[in-house]
Amino acid sequence: MIPIDLIQKTAESLMDKAAIEIPEDYLDGLKKAAETEDGDLSSFVLKAMLENYEAAKEDRRAMCGDTGVPRWFVKLGNDARVEGGMCALETALRRATASATNGVPLRPNRVHPLWRTDHNNNVGIGAPEIEYGFEPEGEWIDLITVHKGGLFGTDYRMLFPSDGIQGIKRFYLDSLMAFGKRGLACQPAIIGIGLGGSKDICMTLGKRASVLRTVGSRNSDPRIAEMEDEFKELGNSIGMGAMGFVGKNMVIDCNIEVGYCHTGGMPMSVHAFCLSSRRAVARIYPDGRVEHRTDPDWFTPYQRRETVEWDPMREAAE
Amino acid sequence: MKPREIRLSTTPTPEAIAELRLGDIVYLDGLMYTAREGVYMRALEDKANIPMELPSESAANFHCSPAARINADGSFDMGAVTATASFRFAKWLPEWMEKTGAKLIIGKGGMSSKDYKSYFVPNGAVYLSTVGYGTGALLGRGVENVEAVHWNEELGLAQAMWVIRCNKMGPFIVASDMNGDCLFERENAKIAQNIERVYEGTKPAVLKRYGESDDRSDEVI
Repeated sequence: MIPIDLIQKTAESLMDKAAIEIPEDYLDGLKKAAETEDGDLSSFVLKAMLENYEAAKEDRRAMCGDTGVPRWFVKLGNDARVEGGMCALETALRRATASATNGVPLRPNRVHPLWRTDHNNNVGIGAPEIEYGFEPEGEWIDLITVHKGGLFGTDYRMLFPSDGIQGIKRFYLDSLMAFGKRGLACQPAIIGIGLGGSKDICMTLGKRASVLRTVGSRNSDPRIAEMEDEFKELGNSIGMGAMGFVGKNMVIDCNIEVGYCHTGGMPMSVHAFCLSSRRAVARIYPDGRVEHRTDPDWFTPYQRRETVEWDPMREAAE
Repeated sequence: MKPREIRLSTTPTPEAIAELRLGDIVYLDGLMYTAREGVYMRALEDKANIPMELPSESAANFHCSPAARINADGSFDMGAVTATASFRFAKWLPEWMEKTGAKLIIGKGGMSSKDYKSYFVPNGAVYLSTVGYGTGALLGRGVENVEAVHWNEELGLAQAMWVIRCNKMGPFIVASDMNGDCLFERENAKIAQNIERVYEGTKPAVLKRYGESDDRSDEVI
């Protein structure tokens, strides 16, 4: 049984880490970008961002004033049990979100879409989002918080098989051009592409590709991994850098995730995880151990499984 | 070439503004206030009295909601500060500038050269863009003090009018000048030369969308 108090305490510390500490994989990616950048203004912007991450850590203040919309991804090993059950878990995550909003402080971004009422704590109807995943073994629970920022950089389109790879490229470039100008997407970003699924899952896949995979990771399908390399380079060949200034760094990495879709369609979504790619992860065990990390490690072979059964297939592979 | 760095008052003289060139890096000293849609609607549409002497106290309007809190004893804690996209506020800005004498509009992404020419230049105002976006922690360091928070009860923390004393707050980038030229449009034009090459071989989508045609009598297939 995983103690509920430990879940809330850990969740609070994750909120703090996500807001303040840029993940190492993104930081390394941005440092490399800063080394290669030769546009005067883009280069200035990247250097300022690198200083900003240092300032945030030194002062323990949020790295960006728009602290995004806090959300949670929860993954449970199949044998995990939470004290008080899953509703207690959701309450703990809502409490942690509210208390960290006041504590760090974060910007209370969440308001009612029509009445614009603000609880000043980032909690409300459907907020924070809590999404779940499971793994076949383990008694642990993974808490992942992502504070994705920005109103720009995301788009969806229903493409068709006849659109092909060239159609996918066109929509990808359109999204980068549309939201890259004036830096609305807060690039260079981790671009996530969702291909397939139903309409809502297509958006989910793309979002998860951008926020739940690290810079440098590659899809386990080698042909998709090749596309990721190609699309990263394509995005960086536009000639646009940070803030939409002339430059060569628009995409820190491009991650693609796929899901089976309707035979007639090829839905596609594009997402940009910005210069403040805020994510933090911890695994909690029933004995009270807490292990912090920055890689959500969401897309395991189990998450990408294609078959009806799981265990028999794995045994066959062994 | 390294950009030029300049320190500027939040109640700048016309000469100091005329000096600014597109792409200059600016650091601000003096009082600055946040105002976005909530403040604009309250002041301009609901005709509420603006709770500051403008522009004598400050001519710097920041499109920003800070990551901040009001403590139980009434004091303030401000962590990170960054801007929100300004193009959405074009509806209110001409009247706001006229009413408040704002000379520095500070935000994210700038406005169009049409906005600059039609009401920035006539009001002697320029646009400063935040950097990144966003350098929230660096800008937070430039906040010497939070002097007041107006209209928090009416508008909430994110939309309230925060009055900030700046001490070398920055960096900001000069994104418009007294010609009404736009830094972002200048950069767009340079990048545009490359578009054809990047798009080579790609195909328009089989299913169109409205917006790709503005004629609603058209079909999308």
